Amino acid sequence: MASGRNITVSEASRPKLPRHTRLKFDETRQVWVILAPERVLAPDEIAVEVLHLCDGVRSVAEMVDQLAAKYAAPREAIATDVVAMLQDLADKGFLTEAREKTP
Amino acid sequence: MSPTLTDANQVVADPADGLAALESRRSTAEAYGIPLAVLAEVTHRCPLQCPYCSNPVELDRAGSELSTDEWKKVLSELAEIGVLQIHFSGGEPTARKDLVELVQRASDVGLYSNLITSAVLLTRDRLSALADAGLSHVQISFQGNEPVVADRVAGFKAHAKKLEVAKWTRDLELPLTVNAVMHRQNLHQLPDIIEMAVDLDADRLEVANVQYYGWALKNRAALMPTLEQIEETSRIVEEAQARLKGVLAIDYVVPDYYALRPKKCMGGWGRQFFNISPAGKILPCHAAESITGLEFESVRSNHSIAWIWQNSEAFNRYRGTGWMAEPCKSCEFREVDFGGCRCQAFALTGDAGNTDPACTLSPHHDRIFKVASEEAAGQHNRFIYRNFAGGTPEPD
Repeated sequence: MASGRNITVSEASRPKLPRHTRLKFDETRQVWVILAPERVLAPDEIAVEVLHLCDGVRSVAEMVDQLAAKYAAPREAIATDVVAMLQDLADKGFLTEAREKTP
Repeated sequence: MSPTLTDANQVVADPADGLAALESRRSTAEAYGIPLAVLAEVTHRCPLQCPYCSNPVELDRAGSELSTDEWKKVLSELAEIGVLQIHFSGGEPTARKDLVELVQRASDVGLYSNLITSAVLLTRDRLSALADAGLSHVQISFQGNEPVVADRVAGFKAHAKKLEVAKWTRDLELPLTVNAVMHRQNLHQLPDIIEMAVDLDADRLEVANVQYYGWALKNRAALMPTLEQIEETSRIVEEAQARLKGVLAIDYVVPDYYALRPKKCMGGWGRQFFNISPAGKILPCHAAESITGLEFESVRSNHSIAWIWQNSEAFNRYRGTGWMAEPCKSCEFREVDFGGCRCQAFALTGDAGNTDPACTLSPHHDRIFKVASEEAAGQHNRFIYRNFAGGTPEPD
């Protein structure tokens, strides 16, 4: 039961948004939102960029490389921020991992 | 530049049906921006007869319900003005034959759709059709963790079917919330209900204590828990929240009779929520029609939904703090709880403009809560079941 939940995010993780959440641009309020049961989250610009990379294929390490290159920022600092943000989302149930195979 | 996430809303769960109202801090709209989520009560028909039903005692008859085309037009209009989520509720929403069509319309216009259901009328094929129509989430109510208590509360042989539908829900990979409405006669089952939600592979569990208006107020003597029960409940929930972190999210609603301050009902009247009744009335909360003397506008009027939200007399009547009398008027918490619940103030004091008597500062508080605590300690366990006839007492 509950496979894909209770995850610990590391650089090896390949996270994605679970089926019950939807990342959407809210035209009325001009912000990105994550829609989930009984909740709307408003991720900031950087968080949105990270979430767009969460496709269940890319690893966190690859995302961090990409962001470090793009922003010419220290890789270590980016990695810390990204892992912390994704772990926070996972703990709230808004992030899951691609399943290797269904048992 | 550290990535951050902001909870756009303060989640204000309304326990009677597990609804949460949402508020955007970043809304660029005016003072009373269009709510992020709307509750559509598509029918009051329901095979269950739960004695704490959140519907008004005066139920809308089938003949007055909005038509398929009217609901579809409403859904499009809601998306257009900035609503993001739609909760299909009732009554029992699956009692409407056109529900798949309505969910499909919600999907077509980009609304995130939630089905709030008792599950008993669903077949696997119909649930599958709802999933194909783009349904985003399913919430199933449970009255207990086993049929003896649960079916008695529902007044219907419902429990076994609910378990079956919960399994189909997960088989179809639809996310599942278990909603458990709690009261004196089922609180002892809470630990087992939590385990049941884990076994059903639910994503979320709502532990919602009954809130006492409408049908529940009629049944207060049979439902009101004791203070000891509530303290034990809070302990059980906190332990489970810690133990099941990342496995099962648990939202918990305390009964406001035992809180010191009233709840910020609906996030404040007309601030972040409205619902639409089966007959098309736009209401600040699903119990609002219990307040006599307020006129609610309908989607069948020649006003737009946005106009009704922003300008109608009923919405403006208790908005903000200008309507308040003492002790609210000079209270430092007036913008924290907005005086509590208007419907509860009306039901228990006869004036919706009074402070909610759940507040210890209300002059009515002591009298009302003495009665309630006596009821909690009493042995009046017979229900009055909810139906279109105004209620039927449980047989001996």
